[in-house]
Amino acid sequence: MDTGVFSQSRAAIKERTLRTDRWWLQPAITFGVLFSFVIYATFRAFENKYYFVEPLISPFYSPCLSNSCIEGTSLLGQPFNNKYFGIGISPSLFILIFPLGFRMTCYYYRKSYYRAFWMSPPACAVAEPHSKYTGETRAPLILQNGHRWFFYAGLVFNVLLTYDAFLAFKNVEGEWGHMSVGTLVLLNNAILLWLYSLSCHTCRHTLGGRLRHFSKHPVRYKLWSWVSVLNHKHPTFAWISLFGVAFADIYIRAVASGAWTNFYFF
Amino acid sequence: MARKLKLRIWRGDADNGGLQDVVVDANEGEVVLDVIHRVQATQMGDLAVRWNCKAGKCGSCSMEINGKPRLACMTQVAAYGDDETITVTPLRAFPVIKDLVTDVSFNYKKAMEIPAYEHPAELKPGEARMAQIDVERSQEFRKCIECFLCQDTCHVIRDHEENKKSFAGPRFFIRIAELDMHPLDQLRNRKRTAQEEHGLGMCNITKCCTEVCPEHIRITDNAIIPMKERVVDNKYDPIRWLGSKIGKREGME
Repeated sequence: MDTGVFSQSRAAIKERTLRTDRWWLQPAITFGVLFSFVIYATFRAFENKYYFVEPLISPFYSPCLSNSCIEGTSLLGQPFNNKYFGIGISPSLFILIFPLGFRMTCYYYRKSYYRAFWMSPPACAVAEPHSKYTGETRAPLILQNGHRWFFYAGLVFNVLLTYDAFLAFKNVEGEWGHMSVGTLVLLNNAILLWLYSLSCHTCRHTLGGRLRHFSKHPVRYKLWSWVSVLNHKHPTFAWISLFGVAFADIYIRAVASGAWTNFYFF
Repeated sequence: MARKLKLRIWRGDADNGGLQDVVVDANEGEVVLDVIHRVQATQMGDLAVRWNCKAGKCGSCSMEINGKPRLACMTQVAAYGDDETITVTPLRAFPVIKDLVTDVSFNYKKAMEIPAYEHPAELKPGEARMAQIDVERSQEFRKCIECFLCQDTCHVIRDHEENKKSFAGPRFFIRIAELDMHPLDQLRNRKRTAQEEHGLGMCNITKCCTEVCPEHIRITDNAIIPMKERVVDNKYDPIRWLGSKIGKREGME
């Protein structure tokens, strides 16, 4: 039986949409960019090399928690083995679930990939191809409600990656007071990640959004107001921080593999 | 300066219907509703169209123009090219009555399902006070003109008729949010009922409601997502649950 816009009671129009603009362009670009990132991130997560060159560590491998990690990369120790059940595991796989989970459950990315990958809907007022829809009411999508836990984990990662950027003010001999292109790359990555996290809807809610009385909590109201300003730009921060992470990894991989030289300003 | 405008208007009723081509004069500065009225006056005397204020404030002339849910009175003809044909159809999420008029009673039924504001019993009329910063938050939601464009574009009901019984839609999520954020409202189960009775969990936040809102209410960012977060507080957050048990947090619903 026809449903949705093709239901018996609705205006009889055979087209899925009568939109004349290029409504497909945005989901197509989103699909292309996110798919490319997933392919690259998967490749890098399994590659297990070229992730560290003194003093730079790739955000895909920080903190490095496995006993196969290169010396100097294990900020939080090495609680994991490099093999389980005879299968070698890249150290990246122990940590990627956290930043990945944060982005996967992010309200903005949800909008993007529901449109681009699941076509639910592909664009506004364009009929989706699915015959049934239950939204985020049952497994696995009900797990999207865990966004705040990934947000908290993401904050821990932000602290660690900021520390990595701080360490990048060393030179290859480990002496402080130097700065290279790699320092700027990691600093840029850390700043973008903080902007992405602090502009997050969960952050906005946690700081003040959950209140019923703003007037009784002036400090939290002020924090909520500031985060609300950032929140307007959350989609922008979501994209540029994604590019920032990818670029930081590409840069460090290129330096670590010898393809590029990390230029020192001083 | 007048131009010849090519229009395709959907005509028919619940049994059958289709798009009909018509050419009509359009003057500079006119909106789509103006030219529909000219068609009605000169070529299709029985064309049904719902309208009232012609100022974007009554929400009556909601329809779909080139496939996009819009107010006809706020859509400039000049926004379309000289050679472009403008296609006008009724809202495609609701049963059609005749031509451009749909039956939007679904929305009024949903409105009745949402409990009204509950005033504190200890406050007599005239005694209630609210700080301006508390008023401002929900004032954004009070701008709603009930054009139901957000309801029309929401794929949860637009593409799935069967979801109408369990899904209130974005217009009513802003109503629930407004009340749940109200400092004086005494009803404390709005988070639970939003999720369990009004279908908040069905929303996958694709933001189409926000995109079409003629009042530019940030429906998703300021109402739906905050309500989803409140539901998480209430239902999926063990730390808050623990806090409520030791008296450090407001009780769970």
